[in-house]
Amino acid sequence: MNITLKVWRQKGPNSLGKMETHPMSNVSEDMSFLEMMDVLNDKLIREGNEPIAFDHDCREGICGSCSMFINGEAHGPGRNVTTCQLHMRSFKDGETIHVEPWRSAAFPVIKDLAVDRSAFDRIIQSGGYVSVNTSGSTQDANAIPIPKHDADEAFDSATCIGCGACVATCKNSSAMLFVSAKVSQLSLLPQGKPEKKERVIRMVDQMDLEGFGNCTNTGACEVECPKGISITNIARMNREFLSSNLTSK
Amino acid sequence: MLDSKIPKGPLADKWSKHKNDINLVNPANKRLIDVIVVGTGLAGSSAAASLAELGYNVKSLCFQDSPRRAHSIAAQGGINAAKNYQNDGDSVYRLFYDTVKGGDYRSREANVYRLAEVSANIIDQCVAQGVPFAREYDGLLDNRSFGGVLVSRTFYAKGQTGQQLLLGAYSALSRQISKGKVNMLNRHEMMDIVKIDGKARGIIARNLITGEIERHSAHAVVLCTGGYGNVFYLSTNAMGSNVSAAWRAHKKGSFFANTSFTQIHPTCIPVSGHYQSKLTLMSESLRNDGRIWVPKNIEDVIAIREGKKRPTELSEEERDYYLERRYPAFGNLVPRDVASRAAKERCDAGFGVNKTGQAVYLDFSSAFFRYGKTEALTRGIKDASQAEILEMGRAVVKSKYGNLFDMYKQITAENPYETPMMIYPAVHYTMGGLWVDYNLMTTVPGLFAAGEANFSDHGANRLGASALMQGLADGYFVLPYTIGDYLSDDIRTGEISTDRPEFVEAEKNVKSQIAALINNKGDVPVDDFHRRLGLIMWNKCGMSRNEKALKEAIKEIQELRQEFYARVSIPGSSNDFNPELDKAMRVGDFLELGESMCLDALARDESCGGHFREEFQTEDGEALRDDLNYKFVSAWECKGVPSDAKLHKEDLVYENIELKQRSYK
Repeated sequence: MNITLKVWRQKGPNSLGKMETHPMSNVSEDMSFLEMMDVLNDKLIREGNEPIAFDHDCREGICGSCSMFINGEAHGPGRNVTTCQLHMRSFKDGETIHVEPWRSAAFPVIKDLAVDRSAFDRIIQSGGYVSVNTSGSTQDANAIPIPKHDADEAFDSATCIGCGACVATCKNSSAMLFVSAKVSQLSLLPQGKPEKKERVIRMVDQMDLEGFGNCTNTGACEVECPKGISITNIARMNREFLSSNLTSK
Repeated sequence: MLDSKIPKGPLADKWSKHKNDINLVNPANKRLIDVIVVGTGLAGSSAAASLAELGYNVKSLCFQDSPRRAHSIAAQGGINAAKNYQNDGDSVYRLFYDTVKGGDYRSREANVYRLAEVSANIIDQCVAQGVPFAREYDGLLDNRSFGGVLVSRTFYAKGQTGQQLLLGAYSALSRQISKGKVNMLNRHEMMDIVKIDGKARGIIARNLITGEIERHSAHAVVLCTGGYGNVFYLSTNAMGSNVSAAWRAHKKGSFFANTSFTQIHPTCIPVSGHYQSKLTLMSESLRNDGRIWVPKNIEDVIAIREGKKRPTELSEEERDYYLERRYPAFGNLVPRDVASRAAKERCDAGFGVNKTGQAVYLDFSSAFFRYGKTEALTRGIKDASQAEILEMGRAVVKSKYGNLFDMYKQITAENPYETPMMIYPAVHYTMGGLWVDYNLMTTVPGLFAAGEANFSDHGANRLGASALMQGLADGYFVLPYTIGDYLSDDIRTGEISTDRPEFVEAEKNVKSQIAALINNKGDVPVDDFHRRLGLIMWNKCGMSRNEKALKEAIKEIQELRQEFYARVSIPGSSNDFNPELDKAMRVGDFLELGESMCLDALARDESCGGHFREEFQTEDGEALRDDLNYKFVSAWECKGVPSDAKLHKEDLVYENIELKQRSYK
């Protein structure tokens, strides 16, 4: 198949960016989107040009590195996929494909399509953990039975890969889906309960500090999330945030 | 010369006794000691978090944009632990025995026993951190089986166990970062080890965003930098996984052990085209329920390849379930090396089922019916039709492996609920790595290696669900003790200045290497060389090896390396975000490592585990070990170029296990 790529190029965080056009021919349908980008970069290098910078690593949809905004959608067309799991068969012959980086004030562009998502790390550092040391002498793993339903629900929240698609797709650049997924995972499990009040307050404070926007319940994040994280997590976080603020000392 | 420092005494008491005997550093003094941990996978995150909790000042580096993205995240199936929750006869000894046997008797008894011993604690620790393992309806933890064992000891979180464990370790690490006990440097890559008076005292690192070269000093350095399967270009490793930190350590004096021991995983999605950048694993857990087969008759193979027949049209009699045929006792759950070779054997004989002839079927139809029948009975439906049973069965399989089936469909555009999956072996893990003693210290004092980066626990073949176990065991429970023993001598050393001439010299060398690459007036992109290296390795140092091919490979790699430095083209500058330069540095190291792997394979005139030398096999094609002459760990000392490396041998002493021909029949 033949396609035309329009790709965002930006030299650095403070440079002006622009779209650049690259026609591509003989693209195989079985290629992944990133393999198509590899082929383009190979060509650019051979022609003496700088390749397009983008983040990627595992290429199996789990590390959360890849982050392309394709034709106006985070991770492109299709549901429950990351950019690396997107294949060219999802596009039509002759199509023009627009590729942009995640756009959010909290995710500054490093170069071309690569952005800085360290704000997410700082939110986790503010409280996204259980305060247990690695002593090795915690109680036996089966000492507290956890109802399967709770464990499964916690797992569903825990599958977040921290890619930032929710932020990129939200018109407010809100990070509520990301934050609420971690808050939910830990507050659904007995191990996370002792700290749940402080956790939600600290994580939400950090989220605001990083410059993410507020949630206006459009639900776009849930649609674009490659792991299908549900916005019921946001509802749970709102509930917990409110009750923690009302009852904390 | 090589002292493995294995403690004396009975096997079961060694670790407890050792912990009692070693020196400790008092809490106040820990604050005076700096440790650098390179890599943030399971071993690195857990080590950095644990050392910081103890009170050391930790500096942690990862090349990814966040520590949570290290490739441990991609592990699917599970983590082993000798909990015996299933009451099926598991024990520390049995996990130890299975691991040594699975490794084809090329691992150290004492290390493996310690691993089995701390395995149960890992599960306790992870549950306490909020890792959402799979549970039964009674609220207790669920288990599944993995290859090479006869018990159910694998804990899992659907097909994303690695992710959940890594996020657990990452959360522990994040907690220490928030307390200021860990200084986390994302998008940083280690370029070299700095030695002062023979001891590792720091590293030279490169900031991958700005290209800046930085000096970092410490009293000890821990490498948790993973494996080097990417030397094959196509592997299940992440694109960035590399050998560079370990290789630079090797060039600074750390011996490299069992370099050629590579695990080829039997169940991966086959290669689809020349543009392919990586291979995707289908978890070994699928072999719990999937049956592997190829057609019995070559006519059916041809018809299937030409699209004239579909696999589902073949009757049971027309299928060759070759693993069940050859290994009735373990069937589809033989260890990975055995399963991979068996697939290769069938495909080499012409029975491969896709266009390239390099694929076999992994079929769930019997599992659909088996689960469907149980499900129907549980629901009280006694006269369910075949179609209803099939539908219920598919739903059960979906709940167990749903995400893996989705992933398969996404990549291949085929629906594995309706047609069998096609799979083929792919490079997955490297058992070889930096040689370490019982304390996980390399031959350079103060330089430690943990997780896949070291060689210590898996011998010549790793059992499924044991990599996660080893990474966390090393980081949470072994290193925090053993590093203290070493550091107890350093309480009076004080801060180490990065102005020392050793740092200046190391930095100068790194800068000149980078300058040489970036200023090279070449015309060929890095990936081109990497692909060619991968092909040489796969064809000549892959699933089976022989003397002639290995010798050819050595020569070809030497030539390729020369061509690389003459013709590689790297765009952009070294003072910028430049992924091509990052890659070039890594590929340069792979081009040396590849030759060393061939040399190691050539030096081992026997077959064991994943190392299969065609000259050494039994009549029915199984690996033929030579315990008399090769019951050792090969440990290579760098003497300049790879071909000058000097071989040292650590004899493996088996006091508790009788050496036997490994049999899964």
